[in-house]
Amino acid sequence: MAKYIIKRILLAVLTVFIICAITFFLMHAVPGGPFNREKALSQATIDALNERYNLDKPVGVQFLIYMGNIFKGDFGVSLKNGRDISAIIGESFPISAKLGVSAMLVALVLGTVFGSTAALMRNKLPDRLIVFFSTLFTAVPSFILATLLLLVFCIKLQWVPVWDANSQNYLLPVLALSAYPMAYITRLSKTSMLDALSQDYIRTARAKGVSKFKMIFKHALRNSLIPVITYAGPQIAYIITGSMVIETIFTIGGLGSKFVTAITNRDYTMIMATTIFLATLMVIANLICDLLYKLVDPRIKYD
Amino acid sequence: MKENDNFKKNPLSMQLDLSKFSQESFAPATDDEKRQQDVMSESTTFFKDGMRKLFKNPLAVASIIMLGIILLVIIFAPLVVPYRYEEILSVNGVRDKGAKNLAPFTYSELEQEFIDNGGTRFPHIFGTDEQCRDYFIRVVYGTRISLFIGFFASIIVLIIGMLYGSISGYLGGKVDLIMMRIVDIIYSLPDMLMIILLSVVLNEVLKFKSGSFLAKLGTNMVSLFIVFGLLYWVGMARLIRGQILSIKENEYVLAARSIGAKPRRIIRKHILPNCLSVIIISTALQIPSAIFTESFLSFVGIGVKAPMPSLGSLANAARAGLQSYPYKLVFPAIVICIIVLSLNLIGDGMRDAFDPKLKR
Repeated sequence: MAKYIIKRILLAVLTVFIICAITFFLMHAVPGGPFNREKALSQATIDALNERYNLDKPVGVQFLIYMGNIFKGDFGVSLKNGRDISAIIGESFPISAKLGVSAMLVALVLGTVFGSTAALMRNKLPDRLIVFFSTLFTAVPSFILATLLLLVFCIKLQWVPVWDANSQNYLLPVLALSAYPMAYITRLSKTSMLDALSQDYIRTARAKGVSKFKMIFKHALRNSLIPVITYAGPQIAYIITGSMVIETIFTIGGLGSKFVTAITNRDYTMIMATTIFLATLMVIANLICDLLYKLVDPRIKYD
Repeated sequence: MKENDNFKKNPLSMQLDLSKFSQESFAPATDDEKRQQDVMSESTTFFKDGMRKLFKNPLAVASIIMLGIILLVIIFAPLVVPYRYEEILSVNGVRDKGAKNLAPFTYSELEQEFIDNGGTRFPHIFGTDEQCRDYFIRVVYGTRISLFIGFFASIIVLIIGMLYGSISGYLGGKVDLIMMRIVDIIYSLPDMLMIILLSVVLNEVLKFKSGSFLAKLGTNMVSLFIVFGLLYWVGMARLIRGQILSIKENEYVLAARSIGAKPRRIIRKHILPNCLSVIIISTALQIPSAIFTESFLSFVGIGVKAPMPSLGSLANAARAGLQSYPYKLVFPAIVICIIVLSLNLIGDGMRDAFDPKLKR
């Protein structure tokens, strides 16, 4: 077990390092330096700026300096507005995290509830409805769903106020963001619940006269949740990319919408910093899910 | 027979008394009689059997029909509709400035005048967009582009993944170990972020000859293909390697090897047909994911290059005038949903039909 954990952590560290390297060197492949403006600067100014930001050093050294700064929590400054990127991340990430965590929880809870219901009422009306909607929601791109929700509930019906600094209503953004993972988890937990229900231990429990309630919650559900945990890792990656779309549409000033703005503005330092930050987050989330999975299911071999 | 008649039969003998049987009893069975003995159904191939099951699945059949209709429309509509996707509408050579944001099946003032004077004008089935272009033909071309991206990206993934996975699976040992570690690392890279990053960079670096198809499609799409080729194949490679490893260990492969079948024959007759279904299914399911990725990139602003439309970029552009012209979002959105839904359902149907492990 300990060996497995160490191996897994080392792989995660290696992945993060590779992500940093790819990001850094790709961004350096973009032609033109950060000081190429419409207004030409004098050579002396450029030299001074290059020296100030270590741009006169070889690329390898620059990479090491950059990595060292990141380790200290310093992501540099935004090319477009000159603000400190760590500060931008610090103020916008909590909003994104709140949105993402709520969406993930909604998706996990409702997904397992719907999936288990569908499995227990197999081929009856609730099952048919759940299967229909979960199939439908895996086919709608999140930005279309979010736009339609905004149009119908905020603008046409005016049931939910439009997002602004005063009325932070997370209902629609969370709904839009969780739709796809929820649909996926529903399908997944339905299959795993059906699988669990057909196991021998369920038959034994029934033969012993265990009540239906206890059988479902104590024996079937707990076992059917294991595959759902494995899926939660990749789902976090989806939530992070999905939040870029949702935050932009609902004009929420989280990290996702900041990233989209940075892409539109070609703000390279900001793109670089956000990519490294989000990618590290995803790797860590995946690592935790993997370890949790091994912890929950003792049948898995540690190799 | 004659001689036997002379023997006196012992009454306790178990020997059959042949004289009791007529000559007809020994006639060979007719084909009809032989057929009565058959307990097996008609022999079919694996493929035929799978197709029969697929066509019994109503959802899959409906999806195939829907997809067929969409394919027919996108192939033949440009031949029927007299507008081009980048064409700004004009009447008798005069630019029609009033044809902006028309509702479906309506005409602008200039066009109405032209029709009143006895001219014929092809109706704008989905109306027009904010730059006076026929929206129907743009949706048709958008569907073409999106489907093209989906198929092409899946084929890239299939080829790279199949080569890598089968080499790793066949060779096994150290080579397999190293190849799979590389896959592990690529697999753990966050793909969407890497796509965005590569698109942003390749956009600056790649330059195409103007006029060529690639230039029309834009560097973003080419970089999307490059990214698919670089990152997305790992899932396919893992899948195929796993398939080959497990099939290699099967008894029938051992049996074939023990009667002296050559590796070539084993691969062709036993391994390939058995992993083919899995390969086809995951390729089919790859297409919707590529279409989704493209529409996401269009949303972020690094999709196909204007004026070339894709379903994602059309839906994204429609968000601007959403309150006044919601139908401009609805049309491409419905087409995306139908395509993705039918491909998903066909993929699921094929998995049920072809995957022998799910047979009940």
